[in-house]
Amino acid sequence: MEQEVQSVYIHIPFCTQICHYCDFVKFFYNEKLATEYIDALINEINMNIKGKYNNVRTLYIGGGTPTALNYKQLKFLLEFLNKKFDMDSCEEFTIEVNPGDIDQEKAKLLKENGVSRISFGVQVMDDQLLKEIGRVHRVKDVYKTVDLFRQYHFSNISLDLMYALPNQSVEQFQHSLDLALQFDLPHYATYGLQIEPKTVFYLKHKKGQLNRPTEEAEIEMYQILRSTMNGNGIHQYEISNFAKPGFESKHNLNYWSNDYYYGFGAGAHGYLPGRRITNLRPLPAYVKKAMKDGHPILEEERITLKENIEEEIFLGLRRMEGLSKKQFQAKFGFTLDLLFKEQIKKFIKMDLLYVNNETLYLTESGLLLANKVFEEFMLEDSDLQRIY
Amino acid sequence: MGSKRRKVRNFSIIAHIDHGKSTLADRILENTQTVSKREMKEQLLDGMDLERERGITIKLNAVQLKYLSKNGEEYIFHLIDTPGHVDFTYEVSRSLAACEGAILVVDAAQGIEAQTLANVYLAMENDLEIIPVINKIDLPSADPDRVKQELEDVLGIDGDDAILASAKANIGIEDILERIVEVVPEPAGDENEPLKALIFDSLYDSYRGVIAYVCIKEGSIKVGDKIKMMATDKEYEVNEVGVFTPKATSRDELTVGDVGFITASIKSVGDIHVGDTITNANRPAEEALPGYRRLNPMVYCGLYPVDSNDYNDLREALERLELNDSSLQYEPETSQALGFGFRCGFLGLLHMEIIQERIEREFNINLITTAPSVIFEVEKTDGETISVDNPSEMPDPQKIQEISEPYVKATIMVPNDYVGAVMEISQKKRGNFIDMQYLDDIRVNVIYHIPLSEIVYDFFDQLKSQTKGYASFDYELIGYQPSKLVKMDILLNGDTIDALSFIVHHDFAYTRGKQIVDKLKELIPRQQFEVPVQAAIGNKIIARSTIKAVRKDVTAKLYGGDISRKRKLLEKQKEGKKRMKMVGSVEVPQEAFMAVLEMGED
Repeated sequence: MEQEVQSVYIHIPFCTQICHYCDFVKFFYNEKLATEYIDALINEINMNIKGKYNNVRTLYIGGGTPTALNYKQLKFLLEFLNKKFDMDSCEEFTIEVNPGDIDQEKAKLLKENGVSRISFGVQVMDDQLLKEIGRVHRVKDVYKTVDLFRQYHFSNISLDLMYALPNQSVEQFQHSLDLALQFDLPHYATYGLQIEPKTVFYLKHKKGQLNRPTEEAEIEMYQILRSTMNGNGIHQYEISNFAKPGFESKHNLNYWSNDYYYGFGAGAHGYLPGRRITNLRPLPAYVKKAMKDGHPILEEERITLKENIEEEIFLGLRRMEGLSKKQFQAKFGFTLDLLFKEQIKKFIKMDLLYVNNETLYLTESGLLLANKVFEEFMLEDSDLQRIY
Repeated sequence: MGSKRRKVRNFSIIAHIDHGKSTLADRILENTQTVSKREMKEQLLDGMDLERERGITIKLNAVQLKYLSKNGEEYIFHLIDTPGHVDFTYEVSRSLAACEGAILVVDAAQGIEAQTLANVYLAMENDLEIIPVINKIDLPSADPDRVKQELEDVLGIDGDDAILASAKANIGIEDILERIVEVVPEPAGDENEPLKALIFDSLYDSYRGVIAYVCIKEGSIKVGDKIKMMATDKEYEVNEVGVFTPKATSRDELTVGDVGFITASIKSVGDIHVGDTITNANRPAEEALPGYRRLNPMVYCGLYPVDSNDYNDLREALERLELNDSSLQYEPETSQALGFGFRCGFLGLLHMEIIQERIEREFNINLITTAPSVIFEVEKTDGETISVDNPSEMPDPQKIQEISEPYVKATIMVPNDYVGAVMEISQKKRGNFIDMQYLDDIRVNVIYHIPLSEIVYDFFDQLKSQTKGYASFDYELIGYQPSKLVKMDILLNGDTIDALSFIVHHDFAYTRGKQIVDKLKELIPRQQFEVPVQAAIGNKIIARSTIKAVRKDVTAKLYGGDISRKRKLLEKQKEGKKRMKMVGSVEVPQEAFMAVLEMGED
């Protein structure tokens, strides 16, 4: 079974700043705590994967802010990963980096340890807005860090861009987008701001202190985003992701193709045959349990046929390559139409889905109303009786 | 034969909701060793889940207990439980008719409440011996002296006779049992006389048919006897007689003073009437026990399945519930908006809620309930008078001469600090002030005549919030009075939705119309197109709001592979939709059909 798992996610929950929108597992960086954490993380990996792992295709270190670790800690972690995983088989090794958060030494360290892709947390090219969303970096830091990447020959860079931020006008977004495109990077990941519970923005929103763009403005930003990317030869390959050909994120495509992955670290998520795993979130609890037996699990959810089908669809339809009816049938042994004929018919009529060459796609309005579409592909236990 | 006569005591417990009746009943069962501690479920008499959850008793129970008194004699007690809510007053009155004594439970901190009063008066009318018990004396806020004084001032019961108890802490239970032996009279009646058995409740059992709960007032009854219902003259042969211990236990016969059950292959509870007298068909009694009255529903609403495929299941659910509850009335009705459903009549709002919840819970049917309505009497211009229990059936305004609506006499007991608040609410609810009586230095009975339709709106809630929960409230129907009423129609996307129509007083029409279109805008989720919401009287639109079209939902990234969360969100979204009904082209949530009840006053 192990051999089927080709992707590994590693979570580093430390930050030197806490952003106003972030609901990830994160803690202010503390040297001692971080050292303990890495020990626990390594123990978790070793307990789950015996010996060297030769089958890894993608590695992804996310956060938090992985580069919040100090040089020694980062070196220790990267060297461990190089020993643990066969880097020759690894096609993509991503790490998240924030502007201004990395110096010459750390950049060199990443390069030497086989990091091949950078996920770059720019968010917006506007100092005022950066301040308002609680980021500590400024636009000038973005330029400096991009220079640093170039110096160390990192070419596969993905730039994170947010839109629909409080106080952000359509024009401001367009400007941010233009500046970001001037870097001519091969990958852009773009997200409309979502207000998540337990964030600074959530509190402000509840108190009515958040001046968010209207729905019309947000739709306009999304449309500008799509057409501008397209005009620059950067094609959309997922609801929120754009890339030059060949630079699509292999790690993320693994999620959307509903394939397995390990998730290590506090609050990390993994998917192994038949089960989805969520790790403990509080740092002390995670460290204690990971050190004890290497299984710091908060929740393990059984994935039966029902969940598997649902996920196949709502993940698959996120991709612009669509959901292939043939592949679905090959994987599950029955046709998509057997379960969803009515839904598909209805959404085609509503212009939210279209079918071309035995493949199902979201239309342009479907992209904006994806949840509405996905919802109706959620199954009842009784639906499955039709299969047998 | 006389020696066969046992020492029997029949009694019930009267208490306000929350004053500890069920706990006391449990303690009595435990202390008479009727039920061992091990078998004891909390509040055993409240058998239905719903009863236990809501802390109220819906169906009566009659349990036989054996009690060995300190005087060395063994007594048979029949404890007859009564519901505590005003919707079920008639059931209370029937169960009291089966007793010779009543334990009056009063909360040591809260004192006597209006509903308790009503039931005590019922007990007094039935000539019952009353044993006052001041419960919860172990509470820090207990003030038994004040409650004793209340007993004297309000009910004329000697406060010194009150037993101080805590059912929870098992204090005073022994004293209560001894007092029952001492003061509750043995049932009168002669076992050699022709049979007279009072039916005080009934229950449907799928194996035995209707189980009639009876109290034998004269004569005796045994298996094989031919019996006759005196109100309907229907005859049956007895299959089984027995008592509840508290499990149903067969006996050879029931005789004078016994409280138990009989079965006789009776197919529906509709065939027997609570309050009726059973006699022996071969040797009938000359006259029945003081008569029963047919219960008339006071409140009507439409019940529709969210999924129209559930219509037959809903019919079956109603049939099943009716077997057990002859006060539930229903007939099929069709709504353009909601399809096939039933118009149902209930004794009151609580009764309505209980039936709804039982259908949803026990029969697993998602329901849409239309706003409750009372029965209006409409005099048409052609001289004909009709009853209207469904607002959508109200004739056109030009055909109406006059509309009358039912009024109730509302008795609100409240500490004098809140009299002003009570009067303000009552006035706002179109009430006519009738009387105000000081019960003591603190408590006041405020009496109003109020349209029942206003009570059906948010009267309870307003009363509760404006008096910080201190007010208690009782009402009885007093008859019809003409009112200036109009029918308000609601249009969604230009179509009149019959299930949303309601009747409103002319003077409030504009305010309510505005409130309801705003409320519906809040309750109905945005659709993929713009939906105008309008309120109209006749052809005239009096208020409007617009539900804007939805063009995007959240297109969030999938955080670090957290796919479970995404799936759970979608599942939740789908669950929410199950509670929606497609009305024309608009998805309308269940709550919207009750929106008319939820309009704030200000």
